[in-house]
Amino acid sequence: MVRRLLARIGQALIVLLAAFTASFLLLQALPADAILIKFMNPDLGLSPEQIAEIHAAYGAGTPLWSQYLRALGSFLTGDFGTSVQAGVPVRDSLAANLPATLTLAGLGFLAAVILALTVSVLSNLTGLVWLRNGLAALPSLFVSVPVFWLGILLIQVFSFQLKLVPVIDPGPWERLILPVAALAVPISAPLAQILMRNIDAVLTQPFVAVARAKGASRHSVLWRHVVPNALLPTLTIAGVLFGELLAGAVVTETVFGLNGLGTLTQQAVANQDVAVLQAVVVISATAFVLINLAVDLLYPLLDPRIAEAEAR
Amino acid sequence: MSAPLLAIDNLDVSYADGAERRRVVHGISLDIAAGEVVALVGESGSGKTTLVQAVIGLLPEGGRVDGGAIRFAGTDIAGWSQRRLDALRGERISLIPQDPGSSLNPVKTIGAQVGEILRLHRRLGRAELREATLDLLAQVGLSQPALRLGQYPHQLSGGMKQRVLIAIATALRPSLIIADEPTSALDVTVQKRILDLIDTLRRESGTALLLVTHDLGVAADRADRIVVLRDGSVQERGPAASVLSAPRSAYTSQLLADIPSLAAPRLRSMPAPREGPPAVIVETLVRDYPGAGRRPFRAVDGLSFTVAPGTTHAIVGESGSGKSTTIRAIVGLERPSAGRILVDGLDLATLRGDTLRTFRRRIQLVYQNPFSSLDPRQTIEAIVEEPLLNFEPVARAERARRVAEIVERVGLPSGLLRRHPAALSGGQRQRVAIARALVLEPKILVLDEAVSALDVTVQAQILRLLDAMQAERRLTYLFVSHDLAVVRRIADTVTVLRDGRAVEQGSVEAVFERPRDPYTRDLIAAIPGQRLPAPQPVAAEA
Amino acid sequence: MSTVPTGIFASGSEAGRTAPAAAAWRITRGGFAVLRRTPPGLALAWLVIATVVLWALAPGLFAGQNPVAGIGREKLLPPSAAHLLGTDALGRDLYARIVHGAVHSLSGAFVAVTVGLFAGTILGLVAGAKGGLVDILVMRLVDTLLAIPTLLLSLTIIVLLGFGTVNAAIAVGLASVASFARLTRSEVVRVRGADYVEAAYGSGGTFWRVLWRHVLPNSLTSVIGLAALQFGTAILSISTLGFLGYGAPPPTPEWGLLIAEGRNYISRAWLTTAPGIVVVLVVLSANRISRSLAGNAR
Repeated sequence: MVRRLLARIGQALIVLLAAFTASFLLLQALPADAILIKFMNPDLGLSPEQIAEIHAAYGAGTPLWSQYLRALGSFLTGDFGTSVQAGVPVRDSLAANLPATLTLAGLGFLAAVILALTVSVLSNLTGLVWLRNGLAALPSLFVSVPVFWLGILLIQVFSFQLKLVPVIDPGPWERLILPVAALAVPISAPLAQILMRNIDAVLTQPFVAVARAKGASRHSVLWRHVVPNALLPTLTIAGVLFGELLAGAVVTETVFGLNGLGTLTQQAVANQDVAVLQAVVVISATAFVLINLAVDLLYPLLDPRIAEAEAR
Repeated sequence: MSAPLLAIDNLDVSYADGAERRRVVHGISLDIAAGEVVALVGESGSGKTTLVQAVIGLLPEGGRVDGGAIRFAGTDIAGWSQRRLDALRGERISLIPQDPGSSLNPVKTIGAQVGEILRLHRRLGRAELREATLDLLAQVGLSQPALRLGQYPHQLSGGMKQRVLIAIATALRPSLIIADEPTSALDVTVQKRILDLIDTLRRESGTALLLVTHDLGVAADRADRIVVLRDGSVQERGPAASVLSAPRSAYTSQLLADIPSLAAPRLRSMPAPREGPPAVIVETLVRDYPGAGRRPFRAVDGLSFTVAPGTTHAIVGESGSGKSTTIRAIVGLERPSAGRILVDGLDLATLRGDTLRTFRRRIQLVYQNPFSSLDPRQTIEAIVEEPLLNFEPVARAERARRVAEIVERVGLPSGLLRRHPAALSGGQRQRVAIARALVLEPKILVLDEAVSALDVTVQAQILRLLDAMQAERRLTYLFVSHDLAVVRRIADTVTVLRDGRAVEQGSVEAVFERPRDPYTRDLIAAIPGQRLPAPQPVAAEA
Repeated sequence: MSTVPTGIFASGSEAGRTAPAAAAWRITRGGFAVLRRTPPGLALAWLVIATVVLWALAPGLFAGQNPVAGIGREKLLPPSAAHLLGTDALGRDLYARIVHGAVHSLSGAFVAVTVGLFAGTILGLVAGAKGGLVDILVMRLVDTLLAIPTLLLSLTIIVLLGFGTVNAAIAVGLASVASFARLTRSEVVRVRGADYVEAAYGSGGTFWRVLWRHVLPNSLTSVIGLAALQFGTAILSISTLGFLGYGAPPPTPEWGLLIAEGRNYISRAWLTTAPGIVVVLVVLSANRISRSLAGNAR
């Protein structure tokens, strides 16, 4: 059991190191020359000192492996380098922007879970055929909607036509209502799809018929037997959902003009600010790996079958 | 005579099939008196499961009762709402399901699942509930009931799970228990004990039993009356003794003739076994698998036997006895950990790469499940042709001729050649698998539970085909089965396996008539259908 | 398991006909039957995709007006007979811009799916078929790629390659390699363990022959289903990148860019609504088709 745990943690560390290496190669090693050439363009009017400074920032002149080791060393100590664009340490701008994005993503995730559960359970409980079919079709619609377009649509409808949510000088929570809604819709889609598929699959299991034959009602069987079994496998997509959530945050923050990690990323790409982008990539990969590790370690506690298999 | 407990009257049930409705139960009528055992016998597709699902009001989605009445204790419950039925189910009518493996919720404890039925129908305190649950578990013969309370289904064996399900079904002493193939997923020795348990509990509380089964032998041993179904309507009904001894319908006669019971005649058209060196020699075969902890798991433990050419040798055992491992080693799909295997004079250990590939011409395997052993994307013609492509660079026309010939020989219409496996029935698919195995004209055919997944009439047809092919082509068969009755019909010699060891070996006559090992005796005693009369021969087609 | 007890000669009526006649009859009947059995939703999905493909191939046939040069007098007009979906801030016909934009979104999605499908399938096939160390290395690479959210991965690749339609498409494609590789591998592993594959070895097949004849065709069905799904996802991703300004440069009528340009005129709702609905319809259709393809696999 302990050996399994250590092996699993080791595997997570390898993936993290690989993700760091990949982002280093893609963002620092390969494009450095191309970017330097761009800065040397006389039209930019940079002084030779400034160019030399940029050279140093990109680590030009030192061999690749020593650049790599230095970058790795500083990442491990929490030093993500300096943003070329803003001229401030990346760590500071991350720290300034992270709480806003975490709030948005957290609320969006919560709303998505509630939406997904409502849609999938309701579609199984209702006796009305049209309502059931309508609810069952919702996730495929949700998954097909571009987040940025949904955001614009929400602003148009709720802020401009119905005037329900103020755009000018909204309160701290009012400001979040529409972004959270825009974010929750696409995130809820895969969740609801998996839940519905699982519920349908569990419903055909003989143990459901046995529970009904004991005299338990439809509702009781759905809540006591079906939903617990259907929820478990959704845990395995938690990591993927987190990625979607982050991508969604980039777009929603841009659409709604909110400050946060998303806007930071968007600006970093626009300005080719690789230090910021690499920090965001490594941090999100770390979060992904940690979430999956947590799910793997939690799963046996929730599913007795897995616990048994692992104890062996 | 008092009113029957359950009276099904002219019942019609149909399923939605696209825009149309497909009727699967046609005007079935059926009575069960209080305390009586009625067996509902039919092959797959006969509508027996649909009928009982209609009785407890749990038809799957799309299913509907179109007409007729289901009178339980005098009241028609066919039109009852689910809410009204909830009060009836568990309390008055209960169910013992088919597959114990998937009939218990995997994430709930045994205690919670047995307790649920008490909680639903009785007001009990926490301590009373625990006490009552413990009593139930003890009553069905589970060892250490207190330990079982907190265990999960995967920690129990199949037979123990079925005992738990029986505890649930008998908990409230209902007046009717419906048992839907309660033992078809279990080993024979376990099967007998489970049926005995149901019998005992039922007798004690005077409960009536509707026993649904495909196995006329089980029905013969357990039922007062038998109802035979086919294609959704009743073929025959009557007291068990008269249905079995003097069937009135041709279908029942056919079923009785095909059923592999101990009373059935042996199916051997071959004369005495041919002389010559043995076709297969297995010497002290051992196969270990890396197990949990440091000790490997030993699936086969020093097994030896020889098979004379042109004869059928059966390997018999329950699940986990090592029979599959043994034959996989013999066809060269697995390497033994120790011991020697000679097939047609060749030592398997000496074969590598291409010599192993060419060795496969001599010995072919037919799998248990004809639904998974054929590539769903190939046509029947391509499936049967493939071995020829692997070995013989013959012209297309010659290949087509040989494929058509063997397909016809195994009794398949040539119209099927361009079809895909999905369009075929289970019996037809198994014929395709046999054709594929025989097209290379091997000397030895290994049949891994090759007829276990088939209905008895189809099973009998395939057995007759195998017998005819053996006589015609002087084939040697290695026949693996858990079903002793089938083995007795087709084999010349037998090895009885238990936990990887041979507990008994010898000719079929010797082993079946004078079994020396107690385990063999248990196996033979557990074969259902001991009360079946010896059937009259029926005109057979193979 | 459904065995028909006596259906050994169930197809006797058809076997009675002469072979070619029966075959021809079956094909004609099959054609009509396919049409009749197609659910209306699926038929609609194919219709949407066919329309958009025609827009991409011959935009002039569907929209006569110039998508790039506008008429100064006709700025920001609401939908009318002359301009079906109105005009934008530069007086360009929005309908014409949407029709002419199809080629950018579709070709982009096509490039993305091709990149992901080829690279991913080959990686997955090699990993699944070879096993051992190759499998371990490939799957760790896949794990790594999966650990980075796809949008971030695409953005990273765009930073490397530069902005533009083709670069955005390649970035989206590369970001999907991991999913293709993982699915292909799991399918190959599943099929490799099937009885019929073992039976193919048992009847004398060599490794490559069995791989080609059984493993590949049976694994690819669900991979094709994923490709259709990925087509819809790619259209979404490419329009997102276009919206963020990393895809096609203005005045290209790329759909994401259309929405980005339209949002500055919040009172002219049609400028964002119309292209958005087109994107939703195309993605919905691609997903519906994907589901039917994956359904056929089972």
